[in-house]
Parts: sequence; structure tokens; C-alpha cells
Amino acid sequence: MNAIAFDKASLSVGGRSVLRDVTLAVAEGEFIGVLGANGAGKTTLMRAVLGLLPLSAGTIRIFGLPATRGNAAIGYLPQAKTAAASLRLRGRDVLAASIDGHRWGIPSLTGGKKAEIDRCLALVGAGALAARPMNELSGGERQRLLIAEALIGAPKILLLDEPLANLDPHQQQVVVDLVRELSRSLKLTVLFSAHELNQVIGAVDRILYLGQGEAAIGPVDSVIQPSVLSRLYGAPIDVVRANGHIFVMSGGAVVERDQHHDHAH
Amino acid sequence: MLTDIFAYDFMQRAFAASGMVAIVAGAVGYFLVLRGQTFAGHALSHIGFAGATGAALLGLSPLGGMLVFIVLAGIGMGALGERLSGRDVGIGIVLALALGFGLLFMKLYPSNAAQVTSLLFGNVLAVSKSVLVSLAGLAALTLAGLAAIGRPLLFASLQPELAEARGVRVRLVGILFLAIVAVAVAQSVQIVGVLLVFALMVGPPATAMLLTTRIGVGIGLSALIALAEAWGGIFIAFHTDWPTSFCITALAAAAYLAVLALRKG
Repeated sequence: MNAIAFDKASLSVGGRSVLRDVTLAVAEGEFIGVLGANGAGKTTLMRAVLGLLPLSAGTIRIFGLPATRGNAAIGYLPQAKTAAASLRLRGRDVLAASIDGHRWGIPSLTGGKKAEIDRCLALVGAGALAARPMNELSGGERQRLLIAEALIGAPKILLLDEPLANLDPHQQQVVVDLVRELSRSLKLTVLFSAHELNQVIGAVDRILYLGQGEAAIGPVDSVIQPSVLSRLYGAPIDVVRANGHIFVMSGGAVVERDQHHDHAH
Repeated sequence: MLTDIFAYDFMQRAFAASGMVAIVAGAVGYFLVLRGQTFAGHALSHIGFAGATGAALLGLSPLGGMLVFIVLAGIGMGALGERLSGRDVGIGIVLALALGFGLLFMKLYPSNAAQVTSLLFGNVLAVSKSVLVSLAGLAALTLAGLAAIGRPLLFASLQPELAEARGVRVRLVGILFLAIVAVAVAQSVQIVGVLLVFALMVGPPATAMLLTTRIGVGIGLSALIALAEAWGGIFIAFHTDWPTSFCITALAAAAYLAVLALRKG
């Protein structure tokens, strides 16, 4: 059975069509790199898988069942820098707050919950980090902790929205390797969105490239083609390969680089 | 010396009233600081000024009028959610407008200067038996409300995007929380007045967050610090004949600065 299956799914946000008639399937245990220009719908696609956005047409199924909010089979790391990141609160408490966080009542931390937090911290090697305040962690350490949080409750799917944003190249590599390793050892299906193909190229099984309301999914070499990308960008695209890196170019400029720059400001 | 203080009925009531209100303000204020909504709390107190003077105009009890006004305003702010909370300009305009209305109501129903002063700056020494009973009821209601929404509130405050994905009704929790804040503000106004509500609702949690990185400990510490500052302020006021609200605000500021200095030093 497919972990995630889109069937003729269409989706609009604020009157703007983000996905049109998209059909795709992700097999259990696959590591999918999600790419596309800013606003191409990477975050929207993940929110739809989480059941947070209603489809205008078609269906999204998670292990055969319709996508619904609060699906315990999915672990999620949102893109937005979480409010907790700037607070002087220890990571362990922030993680604990998410367990059963949807239930009313007073927060409580039973032995079972503590053990689950310890298990997930151990999976990412963040046991010692969890005792430190969130605002004193480096970007990479914080992502490690938040990935541990996404693993709480043993989900089968991980949706990681731009987990490499604002990390230096070394930290980016550490996070990519960690998620790849988790995906293998826990048989997790992973959707991992990124700004640049080269950040994830060594880790992904396939890539999902979004643009102009369309989606192309497949092995890197079949998706990263001028014909496919020109369609997704709605502009002529060249693909340049050098030293194992692939650059997606438009009119002589690297499009991903430009987006990154825009995004930072 | 202590027996001197407690020989007076009004002093006993002042200690009882400020003690209850301080614990509530410290606990509720912790979440207010966590959520970055302190300015919204400040605005609610100013809306309370319009509520209290407006109630006098209509011949209603000031505490009751203030409660209705602030709670409605709190629910309104929560319902506007992201669009308003954190938007300093919008809140600032509402805050100024509320004070302006308060002034208008005072002009239409002239009250004496002492009443206005006690509304703006508090008069804990004038708490009557009936007000004390009301405060006890409101304090119990506030703490019960906070306990009821504690878990989703904490989750939604720390990681709103993740909370939403896990099925927390983030907006509803935000509305309920601001309604609770509104009731806590109405109580705090009785002790330190409209203009100095920050002393009880922001100073103690901010100090507690400097002292501990644990969330549970922080909430308890915040309530204790508020209690110590309220009682300490009354004690100092009794012996110096300075205004009680000044003594409480001075203690709140001194405690925060002292802890800040200790941490830096």
C-alpha cells in the first residue's frame, strides 16, 4: 500500500490555485525531496497531507485512509521558526508539551511519556541537548531536537518543511544524514522540502518538483530535465551538471540561488 | 510589627485580596509572556478603564462593568487572532480609544478624583468585604479555566503550527485564553489599577523565566514572586506611607533587575 497517494487532487489557497489535478504516489519507506520555487506549494502540499487544507477536487489518502487533521501516523516539522526557539525554556519541556497537547486539562508528565521522550531523543542523539534552553541551541541542534519531537508517538510518515533553512552547509549535511538514517532504520516515509536540489541530492530516493500548479515526481535524472522544469517554471530552464552538483538555470542565473536570496530578505 | 499590620480589618482584606490576585496574575501572566501577548494584556486593562467608568455612567458596579467590557474585548481580540495579536499598531489604537472613552464617560458622569485615581492606580487598602468575595470567586474561576485549557494552551503557545496539525483548535484556545486574561486583568486592576497591571502580570513571569528553564517550575515561581511582591509592597507601604501600588511596582522592577544582574554577573 502507498504511504501517500494523491488522486487528481486540486487545491486553492486564498483564491490562488496551488495544485491542479495532481496525481502521485509515495511508497512506504521512500525518501522524497520536495522542491520548487517559493510559493510553488511545498508547504501547502504538506498541510494538505496533514488534512489542514480542504481540497477543491480529488483525494489525498494516507495509508489508504483520507487525510485528516491530527493523524497520528504523521510526524511534522513546520517551516516557520517556532515561537519556542527564542524562549529560555529547556527543550525537554517543549517536547513534553506536545504529547497529548490536543487534550484539555492540566499538562502532566507520566512515566510512559517520559520514556517516549527519552526514546525519541536517543534516536537523534539529542539526550544532552534536551536539558539546555532552546534559545541557547545552535540552529542545527534545535532542528535535531524538533526532529526528535516529530518522532514522538512513532509516526510512519515524516513531513519536514524546509528543515535546512538558516543552517550552515555543515549543519545542513548533518540534518540530511540524520533524517536519511532515521528513514532507513525506522522504515519512515519522508517528505523533505528544500530550497536547493544539491542539499538533498545524495539522500533522496526520488524528488517531487512543484511549479505552476503541477507536480513532477520521479528519480532525479528524469525530473531534472529542461523540458520538465521549463513546464514547472513556465520559463525556459537549462540544467547544468558539474562535479556531482546540478544547477537549475534560467537566463544564465541559478534559479534556486536567487530564491534563497529573496527568501532571506 | 506584623501584629500591628493585621490589627486592621482593611489590612487583612488587603493581604487576602492581593494574595489571591497575585497568584492568578502570576500564573496567567506566565502564559501571556510565553505567547508574546503582553501588550494585548495591557490594552485589556485600558479597556477596563472605559468599562468601569461606563458602568458608573449606567449606574452599575464598576467591577461588573469592567469584567463584561474586558471579557468581551478579550474574546474579540482572540477571535481576530493572528490578524490582531502581535500587531502593535492595531492594539495601540484600541488602547488609546478605550482610554479616550473612559475620559468621555467620566465627563458625562463626574466622579471624584479619588475614585478615578484608585481606578488608574489601584487602591488595595479600600477593598470591601463584598469585593473580596467577588475576587475570591473570580480567582477560583480563572485558575479553574487555566487548568482546563492548560495542556492545549501550552502546546499552542510554544508550537502553534504543530499544534494545529495535531488537532488543537488553536484559535479557540486563543480566545479562551484571552477571556481568562481579561478576568485576571479585572482582578489585578482592583489591586494595582489600570495603568500598573503590568507590575503583577508581566514582572513576575519575566523574572521567573530568568530563574528557571522549566515550564512547570516557572509557572509556580511566577505566582510565588507575584505573591511576594504584592505582600511585600503592602508591608512597605504600611511602614512608609507611600502608595501601595508604587511599592508593588518598585518591588517588581527591582526583582527583575536584580535577577537580570545576577545572571549577567
